[in-house]
This record gives sequence, structure tokens and C-alpha cells, in this order.
Amino acid sequence: MVERVCTFFWAYSSFYKWKGEAIMSLLQVVGLGKSYDTETKVLENVNFDIEAGEFVSIIGPSGAGKSTLLRCINRMVTISEGNVLFDGANVGTLGKKQLRRLRTNIGMVFQHYNLVPRLTVIENVLHGRFGYKTTLQGVLGRFTEQEKKRAFYLLQKLGIEEHAYKRCDQLSGGQQQRVGIARALIQDPKLVLCDEPIASLDPNASKVIMDHLKSITSELGITCMVNLHQVEVAQQYSDRIIGLNQGKVVFDGSNHQLTDDRINRIYGTQTRELITV
Amino acid sequence: MNQKVMQKRKWQSTLFLLIIIAVTYLSAVITNFNFVDGLAAFPAAIGWIISNLLITQESLERLPTILEKLNETVFMSIAATTTAAVISIFLGLMGSKTTSLNGILSVVARFIAAVSRNIPVVAWALILLLSFGQNSVTGYLALFVGTVGFLTRAFIESIDEASQSSVEALTATGATYFHIVNKAVIPQCLPQMISWILFMIETNIRSATLVGILTGTGIGYTFDMYYKSMNYNAVALVTFSIVIAVIIIELISNYIRKVIL
Ligand SMILES: Nc1ncnc2c1ncn2[C@@H]1O[C@H](COP(=O)(O)OP(=O)(O)OP(=O)(O)O)[C@@H](O)[C@H]1O
Ligand SMILES: [Mg+2]
Repeated sequence: MVERVCTFFWAYSSFYKWKGEAIMSLLQVVGLGKSYDTETKVLENVNFDIEAGEFVSIIGPSGAGKSTLLRCINRMVTISEGNVLFDGANVGTLGKKQLRRLRTNIGMVFQHYNLVPRLTVIENVLHGRFGYKTTLQGVLGRFTEQEKKRAFYLLQKLGIEEHAYKRCDQLSGGQQQRVGIARALIQDPKLVLCDEPIASLDPNASKVIMDHLKSITSELGITCMVNLHQVEVAQQYSDRIIGLNQGKVVFDGSNHQLTDDRINRIYGTQTRELITV
Repeated sequence: MNQKVMQKRKWQSTLFLLIIIAVTYLSAVITNFNFVDGLAAFPAAIGWIISNLLITQESLERLPTILEKLNETVFMSIAATTTAAVISIFLGLMGSKTTSLNGILSVVARFIAAVSRNIPVVAWALILLLSFGQNSVTGYLALFVGTVGFLTRAFIESIDEASQSSVEALTATGATYFHIVNKAVIPQCLPQMISWILFMIETNIRSATLVGILTGTGIGYTFDMYYKSMNYNAVALVTFSIVIAVIIIELISNYIRKVIL
């Protein structure tokens, strides 16, 4: 109880502080806790700020709560404790309409691409615009010329323009993931959340995808948060790494600071050995 | 419920139809001959079959009436299936975990599906017979109710299987419920749904004969009438035309399946 009050107070004061600040972080996670049932806490007192333009990797063993953390940010799951503040909005308390607006500002890329397999590439990309449409516009499939041009431009940038009219289930995994990225980018997001975007891909396709994600941040200035299984990839691509273990942040720093010792702490020595052997 | 199970079901129902035909022949034999005598005089029985259950010139004259009734039955089956499909889409969307709007509606949808599916169509016909009497509405409703149960269940599974991941993705883009259902769930599931609807039309044409005997409508009634008046040549013709109709419908729906899947 006391802890709760403290967390609340802390959350409140940092919210207040954040309001007063001239330059605010794009994302603030304050005392975030999440549990799906009463017994287990999947996330516990998670705190971090992310500035606009950062490329952040989140690493940690399976079940650490990486996916849950990302889903709290666009409230695909309800937030149990604490606050998530995104671009001036308190994510946990948003109404239905505001939540929709929040989600248009946050793109999401999935391990299994989550496309509609029977539809064409271009149709799937344009799905990213639904957040800006009324129900009727969306159901009728009304997209402006500008939106269509932008979709083709993104496909071209991602190198899959020639597949625009193919059905997605005819594409390779790497190509499908690029469609997923295009769908996220056409939203004009401020933040892109990637939940293990390369976990189902071979090393070559993984490199292509990671390079594209990196360029989202470096060229378009869009902030990226990427859940990763591979520490090496995280170290190679990100400015900053957050390590999760059993729902707690056990590391938050630059990749230079991520020593072997600290990696062991994130993964727990034994599991780490199991992975590398 | 994948394609394999469906194929098996189809085989089962074809087999079922064959058994019914066999039973029809057998009982035709039994009603006219003592069974032991019949066995002893097996050649005579075969002789009877050849002379009585053959489609004769005379029975062929009844073909227009039979075809008219067959038409009625086929279209009633199609109507019952398609109207049931519309209801089932809504119940399926409500019942599926990925697209349900709230828990109570989901339970209600699943409950309706379970009740109407687990009571056989013939039993529905008998139950409805009490309240609606012997007419075509009863037959239609019996098929309709059974179909709603089956299709809802099939649609729930198609939706769950096919669209969970894209529903998540579209929700994350800020799409509304109707965007998601119309532009992700339905496009992804439609071929499978149509396939199930075609399957149900085939099944219902078979069931409609049986239901028709009970409710006194359609081809089932014609069958019953000739049967009771011992016009076995006509009975044979009715049976034969049912088989032909079912085969034609199957061929058509197999073709449609091939095109859409
Ligand atoms: N919808 C859910 N309902 C109940 N429990 C869940 C749900 N989603 C996740 N969990 C539980 O929460 C914990 C953290 O899951 P999460 O998926 O966030 O981990 P993760 O770090 O992404 O793991 P992985 O690397 O395997 O993807 C797990 O113990 C999991 O069983
Ligand atoms: Mg995960």
C-alpha cells in the first residue's frame, strides 16, 4: 500500500515536472507495472525516458516482458500500474477517440508480419492509413492520390515496388516484413515499436530489415524501439540498450556500457551459456 | 475443421446417402416378401427389383412433377443456407475471440451455435412440426436452425484461425472495428466461409429430402407419396433424380471452390 502511494506520488510529481519542462521526452515510462492475472507481475516498476530520434533496443530472456512492455506503450494491453506518457498524453487514461489518435502516431512491426495474406502488398500498406479515416471512408476504401503515391514511394524505398500488386502470401518473409514496415511508416508515426522484427528471418534478410529500421531513425528522424533476441544485433545497431529480466529494468545504457558481465546479469548466467553453446 | 475434415465429412455424407438408398431398396423388398422366403428366393427378389424398381416409361411421365418438386427442395435448401449464413456471420464475429465485442455476446453466440448444432435436423423438424404444422415453413426453419449452428461454429474457427494477427496489427494502427472486420477479417476468411456455405447447401439438399418426408413438402413428400401408394417405379425415379441433383450441386460447388481458393 505504502509502495503504491509512493509510486503514485512519484508518478504524479514527475508528471508535473514533465509539464513544466520546456523540452520534454517523446516517451516517459514512470513506475509502470503490468500483470495479466493477480499472481504474477509481468512488469514491475519500469522507468525510462526516450527522446525523439533515439534508436533503442530492448533485450532480455524469453518471458522477461519485452512484448508486454511495447504493448503497454500503445495500450494494446491495459496498464496496471504507473504511467506511460507519450507526446503529452497519459496513455493509460485516454478515451476511445484519443487512444485511436495515439495509435496513429505509433507504428508497430511484428515478428510474424501480421499482414492480411490474401490481400495485395499495396492494400496492406494502405491499411496503415485507417487510423486517419472515418469508418465509412475506410470501409469504402477511399484513399487519396497522395496516400497512394506515398505508399508506392515507401515500397520503392524498401525495394519491393515490383511486388506492389502481388498477394502478400506470395512474398518471402523478408519481403513481407518490409510490407509491415511500409504499413507502419505510412501512418506518419512519431515512434515505431518493433516486436522481434527479425526473429523469423535468416541472417541476410535480418540485415536488410535492421538496416531499413535503422534508416527510419537516421533519415526520417522517427524514434524506434526494437525488441531483440540477439545481443550482437542490438549492440551493432542501437545507440541505447534496455535490458529486462523478469519484468524489471536491469540495464539501461549505451552499447559500450554493456559488458559481458552485464549481459550475464540480463540473461542470468546459465541461460546465457545455454544460448551461446 | 480444415479441408481434410471437410473432405471426410463429405465422404461420410455421401456414404450416408448410399446407405439410405440401400435401406430403401431393402425395405422395399421386405414389405413385399417374407424375409426368409426372400432370402431363399433371392433370385426372385432380384427379379422383383428389376421389374418394380426400374424406371419405366410410365414413371418417366411423372418426371415433370418430380423435377418441379426437386426444384422446390433445392431452392429451399439454398435459401435456408444463405439466410442462415447471414445470421452466422454476425454470430461468428461475436463468438470469435479475435473479433468479439464483449464477453456476454460471445457466450450467447456460442450458446446459440451449440444448441442448434447439437440437435439433429430431423429432431428440429419434429419439434417445429408441433408448432408450425405440416408445411414448407417448418422444413425451411428446420434446415435454417441446424445450418446456423453449424456455420456459426465453422465461421468462428475460420475467423480465429485466419485473422488474429492482422486484427492485432490493424488495431495498433488505430483502425476502427468496422475497418478491421471489413478490410482484414472478411477478405481473409471469405473463401473459406463460401466453401462452408457450399458444403452446407449440399448437406441441406440431402437433409431436405428426409425433412420433406416429415413435413410433407418438396421431393421428400413426393417420395413418401409414391412409396405409400406402392408405385415403386416412381420411387426409383425420385431417388435417382435426387442423386443426380446432389451430384450436380457437388460438381458446381467443387468448381466454385477451385476458383475462389
Ligand atoms: N495475454 C497474456 N495473458 C496472460 N499472460 C501473458 C499474456 N501475454 C504474456 N503473458 C505472460 O507475460 C510474461 C511476459 O511475456 P512477454 O510476451 O511480454 O515476454 P517476452 O519478453 O516478449 O518473451 P519472448 O522473448 O518469448 O517473446 C510471460 O510469462 C507470459 O506468459
Ligand atoms: Mg515477445
